[in-house]
Amino acid sequence: MITGWIMENLPALLLAVPMLGAILTPLVGKVSEKGRNAWVLLVSLAALCVAALLTNEVLSSGTVIYTFGAGTPASAIPADSGGLPFRIIFTVDAMSVFMAISASIVGFAVTLFSIAGDSKMSGKDSFYALLLLMQVGILGMVCTGDMFNFFVFLEINSLAGAALVASRVDKGYAVEAGLKYAVLSTLGGLLVLFAVGLFYGQYDALNMAVIADSMQFGVLDKIALVLLLVALAMKSGAVPMHFWTPDAYSMAPSSVTAFLVVASQASLYGVFRVVFTLYNVTLDYATIGWIIIILGVLSMFIGVTMAIPQKDVKRLMAYHAVSQTGYMLLGVGVGLAVLGNAAMMDAFGMTAMEGGLFHIINHAMYKGLLFLTAGAIFYQAGTRNLNKLGGLGHEMKWTMVFFIIGALAIAGIPPFNGFASKLMIYESVFMFSPILSIIAMVVSILTLASFVKVFHSMFMGPKLPEYEGVREVPRYMLAGMGILALLVILFGVFPQQVVDFLITPAATALVDQGSYIAAVLGGGA
Amino acid sequence: MIYNLPFIAAGLIIIIGIVMMVTKKNLIRIVMGLALVEAGVNLFLVATGYIENGIAPIFTNSPGGEMVFPTVQAMTLTNIVIGIATTALLLSFVMIIYKKYGTVDVDKTGRLKG
Repeated sequence: MITGWIMENLPALLLAVPMLGAILTPLVGKVSEKGRNAWVLLVSLAALCVAALLTNEVLSSGTVIYTFGAGTPASAIPADSGGLPFRIIFTVDAMSVFMAISASIVGFAVTLFSIAGDSKMSGKDSFYALLLLMQVGILGMVCTGDMFNFFVFLEINSLAGAALVASRVDKGYAVEAGLKYAVLSTLGGLLVLFAVGLFYGQYDALNMAVIADSMQFGVLDKIALVLLLVALAMKSGAVPMHFWTPDAYSMAPSSVTAFLVVASQASLYGVFRVVFTLYNVTLDYATIGWIIIILGVLSMFIGVTMAIPQKDVKRLMAYHAVSQTGYMLLGVGVGLAVLGNAAMMDAFGMTAMEGGLFHIINHAMYKGLLFLTAGAIFYQAGTRNLNKLGGLGHEMKWTMVFFIIGALAIAGIPPFNGFASKLMIYESVFMFSPILSIIAMVVSILTLASFVKVFHSMFMGPKLPEYEGVREVPRYMLAGMGILALLVILFGVFPQQVVDFLITPAATALVDQGSYIAAVLGGGA
Repeated sequence: MIYNLPFIAAGLIIIIGIVMMVTKKNLIRIVMGLALVEAGVNLFLVATGYIENGIAPIFTNSPGGEMVFPTVQAMTLTNIVIGIATTALLLSFVMIIYKKYGTVDVDKTGRLKG
């Protein structure tokens, strides 16, 4: 009875669990601090369970439609509406659950880390409430099938994110970073809303499936496409709109930074959703594909070259995050560029898309891990300056091991997960254009060089007198890092299983616009 | 032409807001610019919802017949609420920056470089 109810309402529970958890967090915090920590962990774990159940449901029995306020969740179109689905509908397909499960895993690891790692901060009740709200924003963005709803979740995501970035005031530096992030995100959000207004003005609809079904690709649609791409690419931190990333990523508490990576990826999901689901067949594939490829190559190259001279370890990692976003754009961009050509699509287009999508989940894991290790170092040593750090490997052995795993994964060294997805991207992109593939490999080598330097200056060398009292971080922090490290290794050792189980359905769902429309409108695509 | 006036006004307000955000040095004016963009977008949304001789969907004292479906109005209200939250958050950031740095001039506050 209760299990049946849960299974029926999974998409709503996916949001309701963290949202109610967030609202109750300050109340539980009033009673006891330990209780609040347990509560936050419990909520985060419950959200992960719901996401896992939903993933299983979608992958085994196809796209799940959830209509809010309808008699039964599956009845998207009310009988007396004349065929218009005007309610808010969640369209959860394989691509959505792929993003949701990746966000929930990172969310849980981050919470675990944060219980110990941010214990010195004040105002933790609101901190955890905001962390859970940010998860609501991310999960909502990836699950919703309604453009206006997408905007609302984007704003929830940005506002919670900005407040979290600024949460450790840090003589005003963190607030400055938070302000920058908030201003840019809000401007981006308003551009998205303007585009939504353009859609509504033309098609009298907010539902993505309806808009996609009636898409004319007139002048207004082109303006809307540009607005959406600019705003969402800015939020995902792609060059040339990347300037907020290093500030926000470096000044936020490390647990938040690891989660901000996922928040950026939710915007990246927005880019893909807009291009593949909203526009798809109306687009000139080659043009838009090449625009995304060029954005990707620029992000890869500029990100890594800016990363090399950095002194602040988190700033350095932030530029690497920009660089890695480029790989995802490159992979999916190549897939889009050949979307119209069935032979090329079979030969390498699909693999390129799978590589790009696989890199999203891999990036969330290893980048989250790297930011958490940076947080562990900051927790013990009190500085992020690479010139001052040194000799920490003697005492912080586990942190060092986790850092090595993350660094090798980001550089694309087997047997870690970064290698698996990068190999897919290299191989398929090489068949499309050898030069792009070579650039991608060079960027990987530069990434490795940069991380060797970081590793050397943080962990190697003799023990320094100023870090006399440094020892290993508390167990909760190790557990948070351990979960991600384990997944990095597992995904690297069994890439084929992960691709078959999660990535191929996601890529297929993304490409297949017809079935997305049919899922909502019922057959008439 | 006369029906396009609200759209032109909305476009103008958005452009003024963006120009203000880019050119002004004072953080509070940047936040004001953002608020202008938001007002412009709200005006645009409401303008798309205007239907000539439409009947407002208020059941009390309504003349009967088909009513306007108030989606855009609902969207605008939502955006106004979001806008209040955003502006409040941004202004509180500016307040803290002023307390810590003693200035709200971007040339002097820009300490995050590289």
